[in-house]
Amino acid sequence: MTTTYADSTTPGTHTIRPGAFGNATELRCRECGATSPLGAHYACFECFGPLEVGYDFPQVTREQIAAGPHNIWRYRELLPVPADVASFPNTEPGLTRLVRADRLAADLDLARLWVKDDSGNPTHSFKDRVVAVALTAARELGFQVLACPSTGNLANAVAAAAARAGIRSVVMVPHNLEQQKILTTAVYGGTLVAVEGNYDDVNRLASEIAGEEETWAFVNVNVRPYYAEGSKTLGYEIAEQLGWRLPEQIVVPIASGAQLVKIDKGIRELVELGLVEDAPYRIYGAQATGCSPVSAAFHAGNDVVAPVKPDTLAKSLAIGNPADGPYVLDVVRRTGGSVEDVSDEEVVDGIARLARTEGIFGETAGGVTVATLAKLVRSGKLDPAAETVIINSGDGLKTLDAIAGRVGPKATIRPTYEAFTEAGLA
Amino acid sequence: MSVKVRIPTILRTYTDGSSEVKADGGTLAEVLASLDANYPGIRARLLDDSGKLRRFVNVYVGEEDVRFAGGLDTPTPEGTQVSVIPAVAGGAR
Repeated sequence: MTTTYADSTTPGTHTIRPGAFGNATELRCRECGATSPLGAHYACFECFGPLEVGYDFPQVTREQIAAGPHNIWRYRELLPVPADVASFPNTEPGLTRLVRADRLAADLDLARLWVKDDSGNPTHSFKDRVVAVALTAARELGFQVLACPSTGNLANAVAAAAARAGIRSVVMVPHNLEQQKILTTAVYGGTLVAVEGNYDDVNRLASEIAGEEETWAFVNVNVRPYYAEGSKTLGYEIAEQLGWRLPEQIVVPIASGAQLVKIDKGIRELVELGLVEDAPYRIYGAQATGCSPVSAAFHAGNDVVAPVKPDTLAKSLAIGNPADGPYVLDVVRRTGGSVEDVSDEEVVDGIARLARTEGIFGETAGGVTVATLAKLVRSGKLDPAAETVIINSGDGLKTLDAIAGRVGPKATIRPTYEAFTEAGLA
Repeated sequence: MSVKVRIPTILRTYTDGSSEVKADGGTLAEVLASLDANYPGIRARLLDDSGKLRRFVNVYVGEEDVRFAGGLDTPTPEGTQVSVIPAVAGGAR
């Protein structure tokens, strides 16, 4: 099948094919509720509020979903994608493993714990989910280039998805990003630009360029409403993998906050569609103290999130002005959870704890999540008897710097049995 | 003092499609007033009913987010670049 993108028509004039966005019907402002037709819009024309996809869902059964592809397209009827989405090259992320984490649970005195391990996606983070949906929207809207500002994981996902789709990618990252994330983006051959600034600076630049380059789809800027929907699949999968039921507690790392908010949206959709039984659940947010504007707002009782200048080794979470921060506060307060933050030292301990108890090497965001889980247990804010799921959103191989110098060989010896015994290793 | 203001796509209906326009004023508040005199209605899109910057609008004076500077009182020296950007994204990682 050919995968040519729309011709040189600009997105504004490109004709959208019937069913291009599946059961999605409109874009809706999350602030004022104003609606607009599906298209390449991301900010409300009335109040600048962020737009979200609205749907008219058909009746979907568990059997239909189970019969679908072994990736996120099994939920295509709940996403803004066409019915034939699986026939276009994409990275086909999703259905990552939900690991029963008994040893970590025992370490923390928890009854039942699972790790949703999204390091198993094609470029080893949850970002493949959102990019797969964004790439589909970009194709249907006639964009020619896939682009993004990123702290690394998104850069990997965009560069890989564009390579597979045969289109150009332009990815902008902070210049001081982890070397692993630079290389694992550059290898896919797109245009990688290092920007002298932090993520918020890069984000600002991308937003300005998005206003000028009409044929570029910045996945997390001008096609953000579609992109963000990809994170709902984390919520769907957790429920499906638990046997179509909801966990009682979920701990999610916060960067922009969109992942947490969309997991909640996904869960509520499953309840509305009768795919899972309605049951109370609590969602908790995890941040690193060096970039914890949402945690600060939560503890201060504020509805707005005051931006900060990040300073943490958890660079993938280092967004000082998180776009979905206020919505994270809404979700966490509505479900009875909380937002906590942990020190860089605790983050490294969290990485080691997950690796040494479960054999899962998470990146710094995973370390933040495990450390926050431990803090929630200590403080009594999380019920140790309730079923808990935590998200490991990316692979530790991408953030080796975080543990370099803290782990290493027990000994360096000559290649003799004598040396082995002398070193006390037997 | 004359400054340059970058206008996001969403507000270019006010500026006849121009992506950058000139305005006058020694503070951001004065710049917005000058902008509104030339392009009536544009200020009301940027400020809420209580006169504060809307929650989902970012304004930069030079490279500085005005939330880290003086908000609407942020000085706008001669020749400064003011940028108005919808506050989306943040979806790093």
